[in-house]
Amino acid sequence: MTKTIKTQARGRLGLSALGAGVAMAAVLASGSASAQYDGVTVNVITFTGPQIAEPLQRRAPDFAAATGAEINVITVPFSDLYTRLLTDWATGTNSVDAAVFAPQWAVDYIQPGFLVDVTDWVAADDALQEDDIAPFFRDFSQTFNGRTYMLTLDGDFQMVYYRTDVLDELGMDPPATWDDYLAIAEAAHGMDMNGDGEADYGSCISKKRNAQAYWAIYTIAGGYLQSLGTGQGAFFSTEDMTPLVDNDAFRRALEVYVDTTQYGPPDEINLDVGDTRGLFTAGRCALTVDWGDIGTLAIDPDTSNVIDLVGATIAPGSTEVLDRETGELVACTPEICPHAIDGVNHAPYAAFGGWSGGINAAADPQVQEAAYAFFSYMSQPEQSNADVTVGITGFNPYRLSQFNSIDNWVAAGMSEAAAENYLGAIGDSLSSPNMLLDLRIPQNQRYQQIVLDTALARLLAGEIDIDQTITAIHDGWEEITDDLNRLEQLGAYHSALGIGG
Amino acid sequence: MDTSATAPQALGAGRGMSAWLDRHSSKVFILPAVIVILAFSIFPLIVSAYLSLTRFRLAPGGFELRWAGFRNFDRLLFGSEQYHFLGTFGAVGWFGWIVILGGAALIIWWLVRYWIGGRARVVGTIGRLITATVAFGIIVLATVTLSEGGAFGSLMVTLFYVTVGCSIQFAIALGLALLCAKPIRGRSFFRVVFFMPLMVTPVGIAYMFRMLADMSKGPLEPIWSLFGFADVAWANDAWAARMVVVIGDSWQWIAFIFIVMLAALESQPRDQIEAAQLDGAGPWQVFRDVTWPTIVPVAATVMLIRVIEAFKIIDLPNVLTNGGPGIATESMTLHAFFAWRTQDLGGSAAIGYMLLFVAVVICVSFFNLVVQRQKARFT
Repeated sequence: MTKTIKTQARGRLGLSALGAGVAMAAVLASGSASAQYDGVTVNVITFTGPQIAEPLQRRAPDFAAATGAEINVITVPFSDLYTRLLTDWATGTNSVDAAVFAPQWAVDYIQPGFLVDVTDWVAADDALQEDDIAPFFRDFSQTFNGRTYMLTLDGDFQMVYYRTDVLDELGMDPPATWDDYLAIAEAAHGMDMNGDGEADYGSCISKKRNAQAYWAIYTIAGGYLQSLGTGQGAFFSTEDMTPLVDNDAFRRALEVYVDTTQYGPPDEINLDVGDTRGLFTAGRCALTVDWGDIGTLAIDPDTSNVIDLVGATIAPGSTEVLDRETGELVACTPEICPHAIDGVNHAPYAAFGGWSGGINAAADPQVQEAAYAFFSYMSQPEQSNADVTVGITGFNPYRLSQFNSIDNWVAAGMSEAAAENYLGAIGDSLSSPNMLLDLRIPQNQRYQQIVLDTALARLLAGEIDIDQTITAIHDGWEEITDDLNRLEQLGAYHSALGIGG
Repeated sequence: MDTSATAPQALGAGRGMSAWLDRHSSKVFILPAVIVILAFSIFPLIVSAYLSLTRFRLAPGGFELRWAGFRNFDRLLFGSEQYHFLGTFGAVGWFGWIVILGGAALIIWWLVRYWIGGRARVVGTIGRLITATVAFGIIVLATVTLSEGGAFGSLMVTLFYVTVGCSIQFAIALGLALLCAKPIRGRSFFRVVFFMPLMVTPVGIAYMFRMLADMSKGPLEPIWSLFGFADVAWANDAWAARMVVVIGDSWQWIAFIFIVMLAALESQPRDQIEAAQLDGAGPWQVFRDVTWPTIVPVAATVMLIRVIEAFKIIDLPNVLTNGGPGIATESMTLHAFFAWRTQDLGGSAAIGYMLLFVAVVICVSFFNLVVQRQKARFT
């Protein structure tokens, strides 16, 4: 049945790809052929914003005026989005025509045939300027087994943000290692950083359970776990899918993770990313770990107290990395850490992979075309290059043109120095040969959002210690792998890392 | 054509139909309800029972359910999810052993008393053995999870919400009902005010309490700061977080118990109270000997309804704490919801059935041993 759906979808796309792509470009260029999708309504689902939903909702009327297609944006809480799509498509309800979601989940939707293969459509869509999309997003986030199923709307890397004025006052440099991070957090903790007379916090990291917090641990662990390049992977052994958690590297990462809590807000374990972003832009934190959003939120004059006081840097790393034979940390050498910068091994974490659009294979063909046209419209540089400079959109840069020129960023309110610093940090992450890819195997949600997230929450709550946390993650992941078939999971892991099976 | 014979025949047939309807009217009238219950209650129950014995997996064209036997239940009770469902077992100290042995002795005494009382029956014995087993299991579980190194799982957290929450709610609601039953000024206004929380959606209440309980930037921040609580992080402490959930839940459900208890109080005969007062009974004596026996059947019934509802709590812990810190505030329904959200439909259904078992045993036991007994005693 999957084969039938895919074949039908490819057939339809093959026939209409050129027409739709060219028509969309022509429509948006001239604004005249507004009848192309008259009467077509596309139900697009994403998470409750305002981020991500905001630009979709804001630009939908313009798109409707240009094409006639009505875009109905439905929002659900982030934690419900994965299952909402799953149940809607797996049960044949098909009330959702298209969705903007995490590309790492796509594997669960692509294999049963729920998503339209848009490879040919993209190839025929000149207005999309596919070549302008950074290779990582083009080759990883958008594709599966060499075919394109998603359109990237957002670029995601976790980085560290710091207060430039606080570091100047302390006489410290931006953190290169996690030990530096802890040293800065300790020194800054208790300082009044926003002039309200109250003590502020050295580090603010979202640690709320069942939110978007569990990614931070691999931003910390990456530099300890992976040193030989992206293909080495950091979640499992590429030989037998043994979890890479019962070792000194992951243990050290957990220690750092726990240690940051003592320099954070008292209720840090109940803060989601929205809360920590609010605290950081209110001027209450010296450091934070986050995606690219902080850079643009920090220049919003309505909400930010830290305009031009924020610096960004590639996720800190370590001078010691995991020896996978012994499970111990060993000092970096040019052979062990070939991608190290000044002796520090960085593994910037492409957490989440960037919000992307996918189309329901069971939707009406005309609705599929309209959905594709809408995602293409959102991604085209004219819209995208503006949206990524606005904090409320939640969209972060992912096109090469967005890195090559700082004009849009300066026009949005960043100083030239801040823009260069911000784009430089993302660029460093994006171009790193040791980038840590997010987990992209079947049921990755169970691995991360249930086992990993719950174990971390219990650790932070003091229910279990670090060794028990490692055991909980190890045993939980092994159980899922065995349940789903170890060999199949290993194959999927190899595919995700782009290595031969 | 002779129509004279047809009319009586038709009349006879009509009367036959009418008579048949008369005979079967009770079944005919109840049939729509039976169909609705079968379709919307029994059928999902059977499907979810099957689901609890399977593993869900996406497959080309949709999904597949693989037979797993009792592995989902095994995982909850003895496997990797034991900590999550039953809790983390600590080392039981001498006090814990006293509690366990004391509990066992009480249960045995209760059973023996029933057997030697001369009224023991087979069904009653089976029911009491099930009740006794579950009660002893809860005592042991409470002891080992409250011991040094132990932690509650979602079962004990749910029982905490049910027992502590419902007790608090009943005490406050009865107090308010007693006050509003008095002939005081503005009584009608207070009745409406006390009843209003019941009309608010639980998610709305959860978000409202989330804002109110935010010590550092919520609307009550000046008050918290005034008392030095601005830096208190209740969300970091398991018991504080559970109590915040109980407070939010109580705020909503006190109204329900209040309105029922008020109706019960207002329906009691005034002449009995006046007679007691004429005989020199004080307020406490009037309440204990006259009012309480009158309202206790209603109280037992309303608490039964409330307990059933309390077992299903999900909105408040989900919005207030997302089940945290750790899994400290995660109810069984929330546990099942989290499992369902990540494709573990079999595990989710298994938790649902465990909840059904515990809730049915406790509620049926409560009904038979408390509600029925109180009704028989005072009516």
